[in-house]
Amino acid sequence: MVVIADRQVAPLLGEEVEEAPARRALRAQIARLEAELARLTAEVKPRDRIAWSIGGEGGPRLLGIGELERVRDDLAERLHEVRETLAARAAREAENRERLQRMLRDPARHRFVRISAADVGQPGCGVWHVRPRLGLIGMLMGWWQVKLSSGCPLPRPAAGPA
Amino acid sequence: MSLQGEPPAPREGLVAEPLREELPGLGVVSLVVPAPATKRSPEGVREHLAVLSTRFRGADALALRQRPVPHAYRVAFRHVGLDPDTTRTPVEAAAIERLVQGGFVSRGLLDDALTIALVETGVPVWALDADAVDGDLWLRLARAGEQLGEHDGALPLPDGQIVVADARTPLALLFGEPAPDRLPHRRTARLLLYALRVDGVPLVHVEEALWQCADVLAA
Repeated sequence: MVVIADRQVAPLLGEEVEEAPARRALRAQIARLEAELARLTAEVKPRDRIAWSIGGEGGPRLLGIGELERVRDDLAERLHEVRETLAARAAREAENRERLQRMLRDPARHRFVRISAADVGQPGCGVWHVRPRLGLIGMLMGWWQVKLSSGCPLPRPAAGPA
Repeated sequence: MSLQGEPPAPREGLVAEPLREELPGLGVVSLVVPAPATKRSPEGVREHLAVLSTRFRGADALALRQRPVPHAYRVAFRHVGLDPDTTRTPVEAAAIERLVQGGFVSRGLLDDALTIALVETGVPVWALDADAVDGDLWLRLARAGEQLGEHDGALPLPDGQIVVADARTPLALLFGEPAPDRLPHRRTARLLLYALRVDGVPLVHVEEALWQCADVLAA
């Protein structure tokens, strides 16, 4: 016969039984935070360098209120960081887009400025670069233009040991 | 666990009371199937893996955690104190391996069947040697002094860990790999496939994963 009563969680089910609804509520909050983090995953880019892990050692076990609160708080903190990172990037990209517009209107006032597609939130490897037309002559004459270099660099073999 | 007569049906294992109370929806479902006669995957199975590799790309890996079933497993990991960004959920681990290797690499019929079931359904499936398992599988908490399996050098389990166990001993940590002495080997005649169900994943979905695996093994 299999005995399914377990003494080890007696503290969880016995004297602290009134804490069960609190643990359920915490698990529901963790599920919502995880869903929100998952939704934001699609918006995050590798260069945002977000550390997703909140840590979790000790193997699978029944968590008490304190541990559930820690998981909930860590997730909430991570979510806050992700939102802040995304908002900062959005602001930076908007600023770069405005700068690009100014650069296109008046290249001479933005000499040698480079703005990449990534800087304005676009995919690809294009770079807008303000350069003098005809090289040195253009520099002397004040002939400035915006060049868009498109295309990603060709793949190179990984640098191996010498 | 006879294979003669009626076709085998998935069986739901027991869940110890504290786990049932605290983690409703958590469960273990198992299915006994004959072990495949061959170790190497037939052409059809390798093609299946290749098709899955084509279907599953980087964008899918990113979107994975937004899909209901993988999301449910991530939440379940959080609920039992595992960080799915450190200890990957099985389907995310498979996705990362797919991206790193450039495809789902064939590693023999059993491994391929487990991978196909996992990627097709999002539900992780593990295999044991059915004859090395004593009674039905169930989920419970490890007791003080218990070990994972009964082999020499078996891993001691901390008190209170959630384990998949048979009537005798813990066989695997929840979401973990089974003890080496219970894994299928060359002379295994019957396989015990088992999948873990979590809150938010319907039973029918878990059974589908087991059937998928059984179908591939019978290919």
